Amino acid sequence: MKYGYYPGCSLERNARAYHDSTMAISKPLNLEFVEVDDWNCCGATEYIALNKIPAFALISRNLALAADQNIGENLVAPCSACYLNLKKADHYLAETPDLKQKVDTALEAGGLQYQPGSINVQHLLETLVLDVGFEAIEEQVQKPLYNLKVAPYYGCLVPRPAAMDSFDDPEHPMSLDKLIEKLGATVVDFPLKAQCCGGHMTQISEDTALELIRHLLKNAADNEADMIATICPMCQLNLDAYQDAVNARFGTDYHIPIVYFTQLMGLAFGIPAKKLGFGKEIVSSRAALEKISDEAPQPVKKSKKVQKTSGLPMPIMIEEG
Amino acid sequence: MNDKKQIPEQLEKVGVYICHCGSNIAGTIDVEDVAKWAKNNPNVEISRNYEFMCSNTGQELIEKDIKEKGLTRIVVASCSPLMHEKTFREATERGGINPFLFEMANIREHGSWATNDKAAATQKAKALVNGAIERVVHQVPLEKIPVDINPATLIVGGGIAGITAALELAEAGNQVYLVEREGTIGGHMAQIDKTFPTLDCSACILTPKMVDVGQNDNITLLTFSEIEDVEGYIGNFTVKVRKKARCLIEELCTSCGICEEKCPVKVIDEDYGAGLGYRKAIYRAFPQAVPGYPVLDKDNCTYFENGKCRACEKFCPTDAIKFDQEDEILNITVGNIILATGYDLFDARRIPQYGYGRLPNVFSSLEFERMVNASGPTEGHIVLRDGVTEPESVAIVHCVGSRDQNYNEYCSKVCCMYSLKFAHLVHEHIPEAVVYNFYMDMRTPGKGYEEFYHRLLKEGTHFVRGRVAEITDVGRNPAEEGKLIIQSENTLLGKQQRTPIDMVLLSSGMQARHDSEEVSQLFKMGCGFDGFFTERHPKLAPVSTMTDGIFIAGACQGPKDIPETVAQAGAAASQVAKLINQGTVMMEPVRASIREDECSGCRICNNLCPYNAIEFDDEKKVSRIITALCQGCGTCVAACPSSVIDGAHFTNTQVMAELKGLLWDVQPAPQKTPA
Repeated sequence: MKYGYYPGCSLERNARAYHDSTMAISKPLNLEFVEVDDWNCCGATEYIALNKIPAFALISRNLALAADQNIGENLVAPCSACYLNLKKADHYLAETPDLKQKVDTALEAGGLQYQPGSINVQHLLETLVLDVGFEAIEEQVQKPLYNLKVAPYYGCLVPRPAAMDSFDDPEHPMSLDKLIEKLGATVVDFPLKAQCCGGHMTQISEDTALELIRHLLKNAADNEADMIATICPMCQLNLDAYQDAVNARFGTDYHIPIVYFTQLMGLAFGIPAKKLGFGKEIVSSRAALEKISDEAPQPVKKSKKVQKTSGLPMPIMIEEG
Repeated sequence: MNDKKQIPEQLEKVGVYICHCGSNIAGTIDVEDVAKWAKNNPNVEISRNYEFMCSNTGQELIEKDIKEKGLTRIVVASCSPLMHEKTFREATERGGINPFLFEMANIREHGSWATNDKAAATQKAKALVNGAIERVVHQVPLEKIPVDINPATLIVGGGIAGITAALELAEAGNQVYLVEREGTIGGHMAQIDKTFPTLDCSACILTPKMVDVGQNDNITLLTFSEIEDVEGYIGNFTVKVRKKARCLIEELCTSCGICEEKCPVKVIDEDYGAGLGYRKAIYRAFPQAVPGYPVLDKDNCTYFENGKCRACEKFCPTDAIKFDQEDEILNITVGNIILATGYDLFDARRIPQYGYGRLPNVFSSLEFERMVNASGPTEGHIVLRDGVTEPESVAIVHCVGSRDQNYNEYCSKVCCMYSLKFAHLVHEHIPEAVVYNFYMDMRTPGKGYEEFYHRLLKEGTHFVRGRVAEITDVGRNPAEEGKLIIQSENTLLGKQQRTPIDMVLLSSGMQARHDSEEVSQLFKMGCGFDGFFTERHPKLAPVSTMTDGIFIAGACQGPKDIPETVAQAGAAASQVAKLINQGTVMMEPVRASIREDECSGCRICNNLCPYNAIEFDDEKKVSRIITALCQGCGTCVAACPSSVIDGAHFTNTQVMAELKGLLWDVQPAPQKTPA
């Protein structure tokens, strides 16, 4: 399967591990990622709030380039902010003729044009769970991540807003949970999985950001996660780089490695850790990775029949097919 | 029925009447102009306009004109035929001509009400009137078909609606079949602890009625049974009922309950117990179940799993257990059917951010009904999921799945009141507990309902106006640790707030049964997009359906509380009693017929008929319509490749003449020259 690939600025620098691991898993999964030639920054989360028209023009230039370069109609963005910006631009250009007209003028100046709807923007997670599918991913697993307890962290951008056909539940997404389960790892309960990491608040209001990061780290630690798997460079950076600051501020002692879900996939596929960018994280993942065992944990038996009475029964959750 | 009449041999004398309907029609349509214009048609003898054609004077006008001017056909242009076709047909008949020589043009709903453009509305009225005139001259006299009403009635669903309707009819001396899917009648009302606003014990007022049903000789009670097929029409339905095997010989069972006591299997009671309690593999939903025989749950029985156990069989003093019992198929014939299939509670698991099924101390409303009931799993003690700890604070969340574009857009009507009842019950059981109601709007219309709300205000319930965004167990500070936190808006303060709480009750709304669409197809009657059954008229015929002889009662028609349900059940029963008393009904003679001498015997129509009303004569090799079964839908008429099936009152000639009349002012399109 051939996809247009929009790495975004993060994946070139601080999220190099995300890029490397994405490239590493693409081969066994038969994915061909063709990078958009001459792409530019998506404007991240701020620009759209400050100066709407140039921000949309900036984003749309990437869509126009992708549409022009014969790399297929699907454009994959691994970064959550890039994904949301590209998707948002495509959505609003189609919905708002006034905006489209202004953006068209800007694109024309560069000899470009873009027809909304001609590019299908996907987040990498979406591509993997919907196009590739859990079954094909499971087939590639050679070294299951038995015993590794992972908190799946989606962040706030990818599942929202639902108005733009989010591929997962906006409040309680499950796709990453299921994917990590397929890798053999144990998914821990992580109720804050779709909450904000603070984004660029680290630069604007450190108090706010550190409080948000603390909530997330505490929630993962309370649920005994060995590590947090993220799908977003911003989330990774905040939780990883500011963990020391949180510990210093609140007197805590968290050492929770923050890794990209693609790194875990690569590991389960039997790809050497150094090819997946492990070691680039600030809070080292080495100790956590050593917990991976060759033996599968005992599956929990589920039975409708009641063995022993203790308290009131919980409602039975409907198993999804 | 003769479709060969192409050109009327002599001109008919048509009377045309244009109704003003006050200003409803005359305000938009130039009625005088339409009436004057209609006279141009050579078949029209007289054309008038009048203020209210449906009034006595209006009707007398028609009668008088028929007698004095010798009219042979009548056209009234007014409202929808649903409203007054019957009125004018009767006036036509009183005037002395066959009522099927009358035709109605709907210039109100299809004209004056649809636009403000006077010229366009007048032009359309002319077309509609002209269509009716052209059609009516081809109409032929028809006679209504009398149908005998079988006095037995089928009632589907044994909740409070079905029970009420069954008793009403049976106590008046009529035969009733009451079919219920579960092992006992009682429905949701049997699960509920108290009824609002009077706080009657729900079971105490319901069980005497259940006993009456069980003891009434006129009621044949078929529990643990489902309808498989329905054939026929008003007065003459044949219904196939599957009586599922209870693995028990009912005649021998004394309802002693020993089998239940000895059964070693304990499973979560998902139906009656709302998932909060346990039951055995052979069980009665509750001790007052009617009938009192248990049901054996094959899916969970050890004997059906591995051939062992048989404890119930061993201990049964009357040898009533019969493991190899098979389902029984019964064919019953009835004249009328009342559907009282009730509702499903909205499944709060669909809103994951409310945590139901994930967070132990979030409870559904039915779970709470069972919990607070003295005969429930906690013997009426309000406790957390651990089974022992009393909550210090309880939050009741309104509008779960209701008034929400993501789930059900409608207001479920009963939840505000039952939420208030919950608050009262918590105050009563745990006086020191803090109770919150998170509501959007307080909706308490009903006798004594608003007063109940005021009572709760005095009892000290905290009311927070705002939609709950999330219920989480992740605390942000020590005060929130170990609690459930309700993140909500407080629209009266204009603020977001986080409220730490021990226990949450989700007030889910009512929604249509998950299989209501299949049921509506089975009974060939309508259901809306939301799955609730469609009544014939929302104001004036709330318990009838568009299918004659099929009635609806209770929450299967839309969310409603117990008093409304009981009132509807009574209304449905009286509709049926009326038909039983009449003994016969006159059916529209709109039926298909096959001209046998021209039928090629291709049998295409045989399988298309949705009512199985076409038989094939093997000797003559022709198809034949069974008039009693034909519903006049016209499917076969359209499908017949030789055009030898006539639909009475909808013959090809009549329909084509009407179309021609409607399109009187349309110029034929210029011939296109091929490129």
